Amino acid sequence: MDHVEAVFREERGRLLAALARRFGDLDLAEEVTSEAIEAALTRWPVDGVPPNPGGWLMTTARRKAVDRLRRDQVYAAKLAILQVEADRSAPQAAGDELPDERLQLFFTCTHPALAPEDRGALTLRCLAGLTTPEVARAFLVPTATMAKRIVRAKKKIREARIPFRVPGPDELPERLPGVLQVIYSVFTEGYAASSGPYLQRLDLAEEAIRLARILHRLLPDAREATGLLALMLLIHARRDARSGPDGDIVLLEDQDRSRWDQAMIAEGRDLVVTALTGGPAGPYAVQAAINAVHDEAADFAGTDWPQIVQLYDVLLELDPSPVIALNRAAAIALRDGPEAGLALLDELAAEPVLRDYHPFALARADLLQRLGRVPEAISAYDHALTLAGSEPEREHVRRRLAVLNASR
Amino acid sequence: MLLINAGELDPENSPVGCEPEDWMRFDKEITDSGVVVASESLADLVTATRVQVANDGKRTVTDGPFAETREVLGGFYVIDVPDLDVALEWAAKCPGSRGGGSVDVRPVAEFPGA
Repeated sequence: MDHVEAVFREERGRLLAALARRFGDLDLAEEVTSEAIEAALTRWPVDGVPPNPGGWLMTTARRKAVDRLRRDQVYAAKLAILQVEADRSAPQAAGDELPDERLQLFFTCTHPALAPEDRGALTLRCLAGLTTPEVARAFLVPTATMAKRIVRAKKKIREARIPFRVPGPDELPERLPGVLQVIYSVFTEGYAASSGPYLQRLDLAEEAIRLARILHRLLPDAREATGLLALMLLIHARRDARSGPDGDIVLLEDQDRSRWDQAMIAEGRDLVVTALTGGPAGPYAVQAAINAVHDEAADFAGTDWPQIVQLYDVLLELDPSPVIALNRAAAIALRDGPEAGLALLDELAAEPVLRDYHPFALARADLLQRLGRVPEAISAYDHALTLAGSEPEREHVRRRLAVLNASR
Repeated sequence: MLLINAGELDPENSPVGCEPEDWMRFDKEITDSGVVVASESLADLVTATRVQVANDGKRTVTDGPFAETREVLGGFYVIDVPDLDVALEWAAKCPGSRGGGSVDVRPVAEFPGA
């Protein structure tokens, strides 16, 4: 049954995309997609799986859509046009290969005219095939709230006529980062949950990787899409080593590297090579390269810190954000010693973004501790404790504080 | 509908950052393309008058609307285009979207049977 569910999950996004494009109505597309899948679940066990399951689902869904439109007065005029269009562009006879219109749907769900927080929700709902309660859980909001948000976003798509189309070559560089950003934000929420009892939410991270795989398959020449997939694989490869038996955080330097997923690292490394070749690299590709260097090191001390610092220099050029400057400072601390790192952190302390940023407070506390400045380190950990989002993050700080206090 | 909000104004109350020629060029381009249904440029804000009718039917006429916000409706285009992306392209070409100004894009509502 798992296999069948996986097939439907995969087909659902494709069906939905094709129908949304044909009818220009996401609601209608969703309803008839669900109905077609329901029909398949009752019919196939009896009649057997048809030779072209995708085509069967599409024909069924289209028939149901036309039935619905016929019943609906408001759509009566539209129907006439649609039937002409459907006859003209019917791909049914063409054989097994249905056109994959998910790429259009990616760009619709992440359109800049939609509220940023709705883009991720729609993407998970329409492309990943998550139910509304599942999407609500992903964003940690009540189901009713999420249902309202999804309804509003779909209404905006319909009434503002956000088109189902892939932007042309001149627009693509402007629009693709928005799509990648949505996928990456789903991943980062999975990598380090912003609140709640768990450090990682593997389901979300895996969903993001699945979406990135689809996007990479649809846009094989978009190097940043390749870079993003590589980045997520190279980070996700460390998932099993990132938390201890009680769900506590295990830092990179203490991780059991034999628990890293070598197959995923190899795949990520191949992709990163592609993403870095043939022109200037984008920020996702460079971040992927940094993670590849981490993943290649036999142990923490053996990490190629000079190379990591160099990559952060490149990244800071591409994206001069305080968070990247923070990560660069941490890498410099490992290359040149904690004193050099702390000096850089003190320069960054005035950045508004970093003032209440848990990783910044933690990095500062750690360097102070390494320099033996115990009272300052304790007060820095106290500060970090107030900023931690998830329970494992807080527990991690508490443990470090306990060790420090015991050493006094 | 493209609603053109004026941005910063110079001491003579003309918009900063775009010249009349920019507007004439844009107006010619959008009109020649055949998408324009209607368009007007609005007269100076000091000429505006606001009417409100209260629940008891009493009519209040005041000078205004006052420019408490920095944005002032300066004019509009109604265009007939297939989707939002095309409308956004025209909005971005409009000189009113530059120099601190902005253009709001609003679909015209469709009513069944209309």
